[in-house]
Amino acid sequence: MTQDLLRVENLQVTFSTRHGTVTALHGIDIALKAGETLGIVGESGSGKSVTSLAVMRLLDRAGRITGGRVTFEGRDITHAGHADLRRLRGSALSMIFQNPRAALNPIRTVEQQIVDVLAAHGKLSRANARTQALDLLRAVLIRDPEARLSAYPHELSGGMCQRVMIAMAIACEPVLLIADEPTTGLDVTTQQTVMELLARIQAERGMAMILITHDLGLAARWCDRIAVMEAGRVVEQGETVALFEAPAHPYTKRLVAASPTRASTLADLAPPDLARDAPPVVAAPRERKPGTPPLLELVHVVKSFGGPTRAVDDVSFQIPRGGSLGLVGESGSGKSTLSRLICRLIDPDDGDIVFDGESIARTPAREFHLSPRRRDIQIVFQDPNDSLNPRYTAFDSIAHPLRRLEGLRDGPALQTRVREAARRAGLPMDLLERFPHQLSGGQKARVGIARAVAPRPRLLILDEPTAALDVSVQAVILQLLDRLRREDGIGLLFVSHDLNVVRMLCDDLVVLQAGKVVETGPSQSIFQRPQAAYTRMLLDAVPYFDPQRTELLKTA
Amino acid sequence: MSDLVLNGSSTGRHIVYVLRSNPVTALAATGTLLLVLIAILAPVLAPYDPVASNVPQALQPPSWSHLAGTDQLGRDILSRIIWAARLDLVIAVSAVSLSFVTGAVIGGFCGYRGGRLDRWVGRFVDVLMAFPLFVLAMAMVAALGNRVENIVIATAVINLPFYIRFARAEVNVRRNAGWVEAARACGDSHLSVVLRVLLPNVLPAMAVQISLNLGWAILNAAGLSFIGLGVTAPTPEWGIMVAEGARFITTGKWWLVAMPGLALMLTVLCFNLLGDGLRDILDPRMRT
Repeated sequence: MTQDLLRVENLQVTFSTRHGTVTALHGIDIALKAGETLGIVGESGSGKSVTSLAVMRLLDRAGRITGGRVTFEGRDITHAGHADLRRLRGSALSMIFQNPRAALNPIRTVEQQIVDVLAAHGKLSRANARTQALDLLRAVLIRDPEARLSAYPHELSGGMCQRVMIAMAIACEPVLLIADEPTTGLDVTTQQTVMELLARIQAERGMAMILITHDLGLAARWCDRIAVMEAGRVVEQGETVALFEAPAHPYTKRLVAASPTRASTLADLAPPDLARDAPPVVAAPRERKPGTPPLLELVHVVKSFGGPTRAVDDVSFQIPRGGSLGLVGESGSGKSTLSRLICRLIDPDDGDIVFDGESIARTPAREFHLSPRRRDIQIVFQDPNDSLNPRYTAFDSIAHPLRRLEGLRDGPALQTRVREAARRAGLPMDLLERFPHQLSGGQKARVGIARAVAPRPRLLILDEPTAALDVSVQAVILQLLDRLRREDGIGLLFVSHDLNVVRMLCDDLVVLQAGKVVETGPSQSIFQRPQAAYTRMLLDAVPYFDPQRTELLKTA
Repeated sequence: MSDLVLNGSSTGRHIVYVLRSNPVTALAATGTLLLVLIAILAPVLAPYDPVASNVPQALQPPSWSHLAGTDQLGRDILSRIIWAARLDLVIAVSAVSLSFVTGAVIGGFCGYRGGRLDRWVGRFVDVLMAFPLFVLAMAMVAALGNRVENIVIATAVINLPFYIRFARAEVNVRRNAGWVEAARACGDSHLSVVLRVLLPNVLPAMAVQISLNLGWAILNAAGLSFIGLGVTAPTPEWGIMVAEGARFITTGKWWLVAMPGLALMLTVLCFNLLGDGLRDILDPRMRT
């Protein structure tokens, strides 16, 4: 038997907090051979990141390894000294993080940062530092590497920052790379290229990798073995295909069920208890009476922010009453600008926005809060962590539009409305007194939705509402939105880069590229027969949950 | 903002937690509280009339009948210190509130709007800060007239730039946050976004500044009085007391200067130490 490269035995980690110590890892066991890829999957709070930080011995001061052993290349590093660890990190063990932009030093150029890593491990020959840095950038397939050497992180896109991070991580030829959600927050197309790059580098250098992700599709596609974590325990571990084909643990089963495959519908993703509550899927009565205007109509809308290109360039589409439209594109395609235009937070340069037969583009955004249409159009923001006022409790956040738009004062009426909105968003009532930092991501997303539905809007704009959420939470939120539409007849504008999610929720689709509409039509038909090359590219990049890896076999 | 449905006991528990985990803050808070009580209860606490002279008793060193000694006119120094706490606190608190409120509002709007307004205000602040601030305050009091209100105004004006800059920077980093846009979708105008959404979020960070500033403001008022501007002779005020006592220090009558100086020092120290604790109390994120 070949020796394991990394072996984690019965590892326990506790954090000391204001309310005593909290156990983050309850004794986990993981082993990894040289050149192997292990996926650690699980939802937020399951201890995936703590595991990797404990292995790297990068836990912050509150965290402590209280038991177990970490063996790397046959050496116990559980209690290794700082000097030893510094030698190991970077040169033998390396790590890349989520949000590469935050992980790079904003005031140093790419070249300087790569050279720093090389110098720290004495791998630098002063004479050809630049050549070495350049070789690394070439290895991560950055376009125009000579020019990128002198670039600062803010001049690079998210995908390029992640490539630079990878270049730094592999600079000293580590034998083990830990990638903590390396593609979360990147566009689907970028996600794919970054993962392909990691796999290639790994194969070339015989490096072992631990891929930490909440995306089962990603794990299934790229990992040899998978460890499923829940609440600080590894609940199941095994070969990827075998594990996902026949998940044994109920938690794994739930995760697998919640991960959208190429063919899944919203009902498939349901946790059993919720599916029972949900009324039978009956399409809302949406046949339009002749003469009734659509709920929303965009007519040749144009917006530019002063740059040479237009952020939104001549966009027209309609959403029927109670209809749902998906707006799809990569970052920079103008979809967020468009959602803010429709929500009347910013003014269009040209064109018209017609809501229920009434032009709302004439009221400047500055005065739109006085418009009676304000409460009809509400928005749920992308990042639930950033969309709640830190000084408001959940109750205050949900009450905010009611106080402002309906003039409700503190009292039973406000209480009732807030509770009603919370109930519709599936938010437990006992969480209403909490501040945002005391809520989980999924709970914050629900507060955001409750706030948006509280004034009983007729159009709900959803700006990537599930991008930052775990799959099981995503499934629940999607069903919730679908129910709001069916039961209350709220029109939905769903902005996303994830075509698969959009397909499940939306009747119609608008594909945006660089501010222009590339393709529009019913989502099922676009999905089956994409016309534009760009749409096909987006579709190809979606990481389906595909345990048999049919995709991979086809390309191999 | 008080429309929080937060139960009072949770806030109370939080304050107790902050004070208990940070004894220095607790000490400073106690000191400040004591100071405020002394100022309020001055008529009750002061053993003698602070302005009544009693020349036969002049320049007595500290004794049981005059705990802090007497000055050149035989006035009881302790009583004067106690009465002066009143005046000095009123000057400091009103000057700081004035500059805090105006500075936060101006800075908040600049940070939120950006653009031309922001540039003009920014340059104005730069100009203001280029003056030696104490000299500016002297000039203002001299020009406006030797009155307590003018000390307050002068102190407020020289502190204003710090608040403008601070509020501007803090609002600027938050203006693109999702919850700011969300507030607009909830029906807030730009004005109410700044006043009711952004500024309350900046408050915890500004609390540190406010607290430090109270100390400076007291020193500033005392300094102006010391050089003969602002509060005038018989009125008990720490700066004047130090100024008057300074003449006698060479003859070994140390208590005339040391006693009010000590009061001044302790007060400023309390305010300075209070800052961090105040931030922790005001920031809901510290309640975990």
